[in-house]
Amino acid sequence: MPASTCSQLKAGSLIDIKMKSIVNYFKEIFFGLKSLVTGLRVTGHYFTHPKEIITQQYPENRETLKMFERFRGEVVLLHNENNEHKCTGCSACEVACPNGTIEIIHKRVDVDGRKVKALDTFVYHLQMCTMCGLCIPACPTDAIVMANTFEHAVFDRSKLTKVLNNPGSKIMDGIK
Amino acid sequence: MKWLYDFSYLTHAIHKGLSERFEPGTVVILEMVMVGVAFMLLFAVLGLVLVYAERKVSAVIQQRLGPMRVGKWGTAQTLADVVKLLLKEPLINKDADRFLFNLAPFVIMIAAFMAIAALPFAKGLHAIDFDIGILYIAAVSSLGVIGILLAGWSSNNKYSLIGAMRSGAQIISYELSVALSLLTIVVLTGSLQLSVIVESQADGWWIFKGHIPAMIAFLIFLIASTAETNRGPFDLAEAESELTAGFHTEYSGLKFAFFFLAEFANMFIVAGIGATVFLGGWMPFHIGTWEGFNAVMDFIPPIVWFFGKVGFMIFLMMWFRWTFPRLRIDQLLTLEWKYLLPINLMNIVLMAFLSLMGWHF
Repeated sequence: MPASTCSQLKAGSLIDIKMKSIVNYFKEIFFGLKSLVTGLRVTGHYFTHPKEIITQQYPENRETLKMFERFRGEVVLLHNENNEHKCTGCSACEVACPNGTIEIIHKRVDVDGRKVKALDTFVYHLQMCTMCGLCIPACPTDAIVMANTFEHAVFDRSKLTKVLNNPGSKIMDGIK
Repeated sequence: MKWLYDFSYLTHAIHKGLSERFEPGTVVILEMVMVGVAFMLLFAVLGLVLVYAERKVSAVIQQRLGPMRVGKWGTAQTLADVVKLLLKEPLINKDADRFLFNLAPFVIMIAAFMAIAALPFAKGLHAIDFDIGILYIAAVSSLGVIGILLAGWSSNNKYSLIGAMRSGAQIISYELSVALSLLTIVVLTGSLQLSVIVESQADGWWIFKGHIPAMIAFLIFLIASTAETNRGPFDLAEAESELTAGFHTEYSGLKFAFFFLAEFANMFIVAGIGATVFLGGWMPFHIGTWEGFNAVMDFIPPIVWFFGKVGFMIFLMMWFRWTFPRLRIDQLLTLEWKYLLPINLMNIVLMAFLSLMGWHF
């Protein structure tokens, strides 16, 4: 501190500064304790509310277990009761997939005398899927969704390669 | 059932029975062995119960279920863990100081045994009633740090050594606060003898009778004793995230189990001291001259009161551990030397003034 400002300081203001630091000391203790109590209240709330436990006793509650809506288990192609799906075979999902999980095999079908591209086989390699869900928003016709099934373990790797379109299924009317 | 309320009937009966059959010297040795075995059993049971309790409390606080598979509600989990630890290979690394390495777990356990011997569990259930009880407990409970330092040094591992040095700095600092906060109550009782301190709380516990300064002392005791047991927000000596496991990184099998057991034994001991000095030990909850109420409270056996209070203290420490984040070493020392110690000293002066003026109840 320069000498000029030092001389300007009165004895009273020095005491003020000291008082302020003492007040700050106790303020710190008070706010510190207050923040600790806030934390204790949160954990105390959880301790006294065991109903908020989110752990699932999985194999035991397999019958009643309801998975969460946003859980991503596997990609499925939706079919209606007439065995019709909405996939046009545009391959947008195949392009969107970051690791080549989806393979669309096309065929040409006659529609009103014109040859039109259509879905032949929707191949889905579950073993490569990271469940990122990028294929879902990429689909222009909302044909595929993420299902929340999760028991995917199999004894043979080849069983993980799935064909998603049901045999004999065809595209819904009016989907282009 | 008379002995349940005053264990001196039971102990006197045992003493009489032994004296009829053996020489006085043999009787003393037999009684010492019995007390030793009793404490060993107590520690074994405490280890099993407290580890399970800790895991369950932490689980519920974190919205988990904790151990659920072994036995109903996972109650046999700690037994299974003990069997696992017994079957493990006791490893010693190549450059370790073998003698000190093997000695360290025993030093820690011996310190815990020495401290628990002076605790009054119930009326007449008190292994040694020193007239300097509090001083003795404060002295021997900090002996455990020698075991921690030995473990850290002899492991020949930098993490162990850092953990041990931190623990040393921590215990030297916080021992002051523990002793001073206990002294605050000693100002009121006028005695260091634990049985006298318990008897002085027959008409109300010191935390109520000593009101404001006693509550401040209780708070400081809670913080400092948590630090002294190397637990909760003060577990710098272990600090899983920085030092793997701190001073017991290199230990395995039964020797690791000793460190683990010593942590819970120390927790029980400091909870016991806190319960004895602040919450009345085995003394039932009495309010002044309410005869009817006091009689109902007297109906609950003293040993239930003691373990209930200790359980409450242990729950508080577990609650702290699973709520607060770990302190850094400089924050730890700042908390002790800049906050707890000055407040503690002021608190003692306040308490001395209060007791001089007779403003306590």
